Amino acid sequence: MTLELRNVAKDYTVRGKVTRALDGVDLEVLRGEFVCVVGASGSGKSTLLSLVAGLSGPTEGEILLDGVPVTGPGPDRGLVFQAGALYPWRSVEKNVAFGLELLPVDAAERAKRVDWYLAETGLHAVRKSLPKQLSGGQKQRVAIARALACEPDVLLLDEPFGALDVQTKEDMQVLIRQVWADTGTTVLMVTHDVEEAVFLGGRVVVLASDPGRIAADVEVTLPAERDLAVKREPAFLALRARIEDLVREQHRGHVGRVAADG
Amino acid sequence: MLSFAIPLLAWVVLSVSGVVVPTFLPSPAAVVRAGIDMASTGELFDDLWATTQRVLEGFGLAVLVSVPLGILMGSFTAGQAFFEPLIGLLRYLPASAFIPLLIIWLGIGEPSKIAMLFIGTVFFNTLMTADVVRGVPGELLDVSYTLGARRGEVLRKIVVPHSLPGMIDAIRVNAAAAWNFVVVAELINSQAGLGHRIVLAQRFLRTDTIFAVLVVIGVAGLVIDVLLRTLRTRVGKWAA
Repeated sequence: MTLELRNVAKDYTVRGKVTRALDGVDLEVLRGEFVCVVGASGSGKSTLLSLVAGLSGPTEGEILLDGVPVTGPGPDRGLVFQAGALYPWRSVEKNVAFGLELLPVDAAERAKRVDWYLAETGLHAVRKSLPKQLSGGQKQRVAIARALACEPDVLLLDEPFGALDVQTKEDMQVLIRQVWADTGTTVLMVTHDVEEAVFLGGRVVVLASDPGRIAADVEVTLPAERDLAVKREPAFLALRARIEDLVREQHRGHVGRVAADG
Repeated sequence: MLSFAIPLLAWVVLSVSGVVVPTFLPSPAAVVRAGIDMASTGELFDDLWATTQRVLEGFGLAVLVSVPLGILMGSFTAGQAFFEPLIGLLRYLPASAFIPLLIIWLGIGEPSKIAMLFIGTVFFNTLMTADVVRGVPGELLDVSYTLGARRGEVLRKIVVPHSLPGMIDAIRVNAAAAWNFVVVAELINSQAGLGHRIVLAQRFLRTDTIFAVLVVIGVAGLVIDVLLRTLRTRVGKWAA
């Protein structure tokens, strides 16, 4: 599996004014990679994911999955939103089963897969609960399990831990690393948290703002086996500082341009 | 309880003290007696059933039309653009003003009464249903498409279940309106029904009977409300 973005641009029209959100984005994500995209506000991070998900189409360029152009959303690209977007009237297990109900999968196979992903994300105890009874972290686990149950080629994460407290967030980071290792799925994740990006990603892509472009593509030279302790190691801290500087540089440029426009 | 007790007390004081003539304001005891009289001959139940039947038919038809139409308007911008201006205008036309026209078109029997109930409730229920459907969060729809749902599946598996409690709310509000309209419709040439009973009582200055019928209308309305509210609570227990 290869996900390819070739010279992708995206324009938005708001009240007759055309704004370019993304411009000339070239990106390749290989099978089994974990790629994190960071960038300041206005860098079009979420736009990028929505294009890959197929929820909107690029203005220019093309997006290819195994050489086939993406023309719309589909279960081969699972998406997780920051707020989870769970179905509030469905129990945890029925949320996870949703995508499978739409696939030609028989009931026994469906139950087996739901079971596996509930266990993988630590949700067995709350499988009958409704979303309103869950904590923020549990909700995100359900959203991840639901996307993974369709066994997508690539899992798209749109700031999935952005709304969680620090401890829950770290739990979730460890969980998603584990799930990635266990399932071998390809992950493309957008976040504004550089530490998170360095901890999770095999590569960190830095986006520039106005319009969103790729400013840097940094390989994370840390061992594949990581636990939270790695966050205190010099190599981690140096890499984190380097990427933060890149993001900050882009952000300053963005603020300067906004001020000049005003 | 106090909101019922105070007016009731005022009623007792006014009627028993003789400040107001019994023909204008019958005593509670007289009203109860009139109610028992009607109940014992069975005519009260016949009238109640006749009225309920009209509501079931007229408002039921309105629900059958307005729910799919509202879902269509709420889900598709084209549906909204096509129907919203017309329905937005039509709902301001008072249903009671249609009565003479409906009698000319449909005659003086049942069809014109059913039609009036239908006209009185269908537009409001359509617009309220459309609003509820538009309230389904966009992320919920987007995530469903990424999980492989097609348009029809999103409508059936996401839009309808998410909107169900709100649609029952709309039905509850408009059922009250239907209950009002039916009595108005029955004031004109009907052979049965609570409105018909009121007109008959008026001819003989039987204000006690009118009051008794009003009480029955109120209680019946309350029962409908409680039933729909219970249904709403059961269906919507997932809501935070």
